[in-house]
Amino acid sequence: MTDERELDLLINEVYEYYGYDFSGYSQASFGRRISRLMEVDGFKSFADFLSKVRSEPEYFKRMVEEITVNVTEMFRDPAFYRVLRTTILPELATKPFIRIWHAGCSTGEEVYSMAIMLEEANLMHKALLYATDINPQVLETAKKGIFPLRMMKEYSENYVHSGGKNDFSGYYTANYGFAKFNERFTEKMVFAQHNLVSDRSFNEFDLILCRNVLIYFDKQLQDHALSLFDESLANLGYLALGTKESIKFSSIQKKYQQHDRDKIWKKIK
Amino acid sequence: MEENQVKKLVLIGGSAGSLEVLMHVLPELSTGLAFPIVIVLHRKHSDDLTLEELIAMKTLVPVKEVEDKTVMTNGAIYIVPSDYHLLFEKDGTLALDASEKVNYSRPSIDVVFESAADAFGPSVIAILLSGSNADGAFGCSRIKENGGTIIIQDPKSAGMSYMPSSAIQMVEPDMVVDMDEIASVINRI
Ligand SMILES: C[S@@+](CC[C@H](N)C(=O)[O-])C[C@H]1O[C@@H](n2cnc3c(N)ncnc32)[C@H](O)[C@@H]1O
Repeated sequence: MTDERELDLLINEVYEYYGYDFSGYSQASFGRRISRLMEVDGFKSFADFLSKVRSEPEYFKRMVEEITVNVTEMFRDPAFYRVLRTTILPELATKPFIRIWHAGCSTGEEVYSMAIMLEEANLMHKALLYATDINPQVLETAKKGIFPLRMMKEYSENYVHSGGKNDFSGYYTANYGFAKFNERFTEKMVFAQHNLVSDRSFNEFDLILCRNVLIYFDKQLQDHALSLFDESLANLGYLALGTKESIKFSSIQKKYQQHDRDKIWKKIK
Repeated sequence: MEENQVKKLVLIGGSAGSLEVLMHVLPELSTGLAFPIVIVLHRKHSDDLTLEELIAMKTLVPVKEVEDKTVMTNGAIYIVPSDYHLLFEKDGTLALDASEKVNYSRPSIDVVFESAADAFGPSVIAILLSGSNADGAFGCSRIKENGGTIIIQDPKSAGMSYMPSSAIQMVEPDMVVDMDEIASVINRI
């Protein structure tokens, strides 16, 4: 286990050398990721690790990737997507234009899931999906819309559980072990690097999804990110978080109304 | 606030065959225990509620929902939600993590045990129950290294002996107990 002083040192050096501020990340999680990375890459001492991070930007990139956990799925938590499909999208349908922000979109599985639902609700023509992440590498994958074919069985089951009625395999073409999702989806997406720690609000949205990102932040940084979402949401817009995340105890709570017991909140003030 | 500060932490980990043990142990737990109990079981995704309900049905000790950044209080039970790892901050806050599986499991017992060892050192008492893989063994040795206490269900009394046996091969447990003794051991902590 890397000790606290070492982690603080690393955080300071990284900020100084690369301008990324990880001081608001959950200590437990940050510490575990760093220990794991040092172990996987066979570092014997923290000093060696630190000097590599400092001197090799390529290695720093690897560190960011490891810290920011990009595990994701299509239609992750089907019950959540079912609620979007049956209650939230029909409400957004009354708007002339629908802007959605996926903050911390990782490799894009969540964004393509949304695009499929929008198309099935006949809303694609008036929707635009903004997908952002701190990590430029995952955005490259997301832009391509190419995912491992072996995952499709699970994704198609998730899709069905979310209330999907079509043949899921009709949405992609399979080739050499990969599934490439149709470009008509990608055309409705805008990808950009955006850091929830340091970057600002950049547009107004009707729906913001930020799922399984806030769990890596401490309370204070969570609050900062939630305020950023609040600034970026239109009145009566929706904020959706991961199944174990909440706006409870945050400074924006009083302006929001939770949708049933789902992790979806409506901005009412 | 003072009396609610977490000074001791009891962990219970298990896999196949451990639910039966818990059903046996839970009704005998005293209320008002001076520490939180965190339970981490391997299970399939999405049967969250049933496990929490099942456990709440069997004990008078309050079972609290675990969300990200939930603050533990003494005398309550916390069940690690499916599909997340659970980590501990030093101030007794729970942090969830959705990173890759460990030992083919999420939650992984090793992850919970190791994180508790790092955050709470000698104040950790871990109980490892029946199970058919080796998850938990590394965690036990990390807890031991940091001065904590290891209690393991006697493999002979466990429905699945592989998990407790693997841990016993890695660390010298402080106690090896039968299913019937577990509740009274916890009540006496
Ligand atoms: C576990 S993934 C979540 C992916 C998807 N939203 C889901 O729920 O499946 C977390 C993502 O958050 C991104 N992330 C972490 N810190 C960030 C930050 N400060 N700003 C923006 N994105 C961040 C990571 O790069 C990673 O892709």
